[in-house]
Amino acid sequence: MLSSDLKPEQFKSYPPESRKLITNYLGALQTLPLSFVPNLLREAIDYDFKFPAERRALERELENLQSVSTSHSGESSLQGQKDWFEGFARITLSPQLEQMDWVNSPAQFVEQLSTHLWATHQVDAFRKAATDYADRLHGKVPPERPPIPRLGIAVIGQNVSNHEEPLFRKLRPHGGYFSGIKPEGGLKILLDVVGARARLHPIPYGHWYVDGGEEAEHSSDLTCISYHALEPVRAALLRKMRAEIETPGMGPEALRTLLAQMNPPELGFGQAGDQVLDRFQLKLLTEGSGTQIFSTTFVQWSTREALRRAQPCTLLVRFAPRQRQKPMNELLSDKQGPPELDPVGSLMDADLGAYYNWMNQQRLSGADQSSFLVWFENHSEAVAIGPTMPRGTESTTPTDLSELLSLIT
Amino acid sequence: MTNPSRSADGRELTRRLGLSRRDFLRDAAKLAVGSALLGSGTLASAGVASKNRKVVVITFGGGARDQETFAPEGQGNIPHLMSELIPQSTFFTQVVNRGILGHYVATASLATGVYETINNFASLPPEHPTVFEYFRKDRKRPASDAWVVAPSNGFNRIGESSHRSYGAGLGARVILPKHLLTAALSSGHSDYQHLLRDNYETPYYAPELGGSEVELEQLERILNLSVEDFKAHARTLSSPDELSVYIVRQLMRQEAPSLLWITMHDIDVAHAGAYSLYIEGIRRTDRLCAEIWKAIQSEAEYAGKTTLFILPDFGRDSDEDSGGNGFQHHRTGDAPSRTTWMMALGAGVRENVVFDRPLESTDLVPTIGAMLDFSPSLAQGKQISELA
Repeated sequence: MLSSDLKPEQFKSYPPESRKLITNYLGALQTLPLSFVPNLLREAIDYDFKFPAERRALERELENLQSVSTSHSGESSLQGQKDWFEGFARITLSPQLEQMDWVNSPAQFVEQLSTHLWATHQVDAFRKAATDYADRLHGKVPPERPPIPRLGIAVIGQNVSNHEEPLFRKLRPHGGYFSGIKPEGGLKILLDVVGARARLHPIPYGHWYVDGGEEAEHSSDLTCISYHALEPVRAALLRKMRAEIETPGMGPEALRTLLAQMNPPELGFGQAGDQVLDRFQLKLLTEGSGTQIFSTTFVQWSTREALRRAQPCTLLVRFAPRQRQKPMNELLSDKQGPPELDPVGSLMDADLGAYYNWMNQQRLSGADQSSFLVWFENHSEAVAIGPTMPRGTESTTPTDLSELLSLIT
Repeated sequence: MTNPSRSADGRELTRRLGLSRRDFLRDAAKLAVGSALLGSGTLASAGVASKNRKVVVITFGGGARDQETFAPEGQGNIPHLMSELIPQSTFFTQVVNRGILGHYVATASLATGVYETINNFASLPPEHPTVFEYFRKDRKRPASDAWVVAPSNGFNRIGESSHRSYGAGLGARVILPKHLLTAALSSGHSDYQHLLRDNYETPYYAPELGGSEVELEQLERILNLSVEDFKAHARTLSSPDELSVYIVRQLMRQEAPSLLWITMHDIDVAHAGAYSLYIEGIRRTDRLCAEIWKAIQSEAEYAGKTTLFILPDFGRDSDEDSGGNGFQHHRTGDAPSRTTWMMALGAGVRENVVFDRPLESTDLVPTIGAMLDFSPSLAQGKQISELA
């Protein structure tokens, strides 16, 4: 089936708001290349469970597609479409892809498309088409600026008493390095600040707290997820995965498809929970690699996805020690103890994770006004980055974390 | 739409990566630039007749990025490559993989000289003849003269293609140390499964076996190693790649194959997202490469007549590409994930030289063909003239 064959009744299995959204723009979708449309449907099919920021972005993208296809008439309209989608139109698809039920299974189509693109050496062409499209879209429909400048905070190194390698090497050139931080009550200070921002600027899913261990006491105005709270879900997921891989005929693609089709209740998410947040957490565990096993990976990936999808104004993340990866000789030993933690390895994970958090924050709109703070928990080291903070500077002056935050926000 | 990355032209980025590696090496390892100084390097053990020559290939498993290896901030992770191996090597700064960036299919491409398109996660043989088949057929060599030591069950078909003019009976013997260890451990528990997981790209899935891999009962006959000794030694090792190197040393002593291919894989733990484990994998692989080089120099069957190639199958995603997640994966197809390096050292190779010109991963097989005197007629790559 090609895009031009799309009909409203084909979307009857879509969730209600998603169905309504798509059918409103069906005319535009019918004119677009098949290499493009399922990618859009993969996002749209989850519209009912998306964060407000990504819903608005999707609506604006569809509005733009409508305008590209209808704003001009005749030849100029065709030229407009050609300009936007020439790269996608050049992608050659296989008959098998065209015959897939890509309306109802857009994610599976995209997975198969990816395999096809790599195997036919078209992945670079697709990548360029996607990049060109995104650049053009950002030019025509600039991302919304945040209502207040964004603030990202990373707390790393829980339970580490000392370390050999210098910390924050990748972040220091972008801001000020402070080695005289007063650590007393530091976490509470930071949580109070982000809680106050949430109270002062109530925005749905606009202020987040992610913890790699057990969450500390925090404002109920924050959207909070933690590795500890998800322990029963993680255990249920691992049991499910182990059972599935023992099923005859189960391969990696089939397993991935199965995971992608799971619903929050299957893994025991709260009956009266927040459907949007439950789905988000489910995807963290079913789509993220290593998030089920290592808390540091969970925090880094959660942060990346929260920034990419919810685009929060405030995001405090606290890394916690992950379980220690046992070397082979220990695994082969008959002596098996309880899982151990690896605080020093986790500090190294988190140090780079904090850098990735900052980079992902800076990919969002309003980056020129955004601020970022990373603090070595219960220690005197921190880096602060913000529009008014001189880059590559160092300070040994005794400073508490609220003072430091006031320098960058 | 996803992937809103903005990148410069891929070829330009690839070139810049190569030049950066040259500069890093010139500063740190004092390598000479080869293009202008072809005759200046020391030619190690020149004049080895192809009938006596041996080739060992190590894939620097899982792929590692410059910032964790050759860049100034990463050189501490590869002390053995930097101070011991590179000064003895001809180093190529730009080896581009234009194929599929999955470890099995990319290693198959390295071994065939053709960008293979087989399913990375299925138990399938390469579609084009492998270097082992060319070598054995043209040189009329027995199966014992070509071996692959590979990390995971997914590599069990790599020794022999499905090509109708080659294939059955002409390939390499394949040994899967982790598989052997699984068989040797009579009582399993869950931690074993964790240890023996097959593939970091799909950590919960292991394909069915079904190739010409060595079985447990052959361990003693071929490697002169009892199951008990094997298990006892495994209990002293920290990783699957260390187990592979242990098997390699046994193979070198017992079989002394002329063509030996080792795929390292520990680094690919990066897929789990823990940066410290990825770095640990790089440091271990660096050490193991040096151990293999020492073994080559100390074994009478290998010393002075062996050329060693070390190269990653591909790189990993850059931090800058928003379509990826930095070091964790190799999914974007960006320049850093496609651009790697290669070092050659030993017999017939100039020492202390670096070349910037771009090569392709598929150039390895024709180059080995020239060294071992076989004709890889279906390979798409070109012989590397600097190693002729």
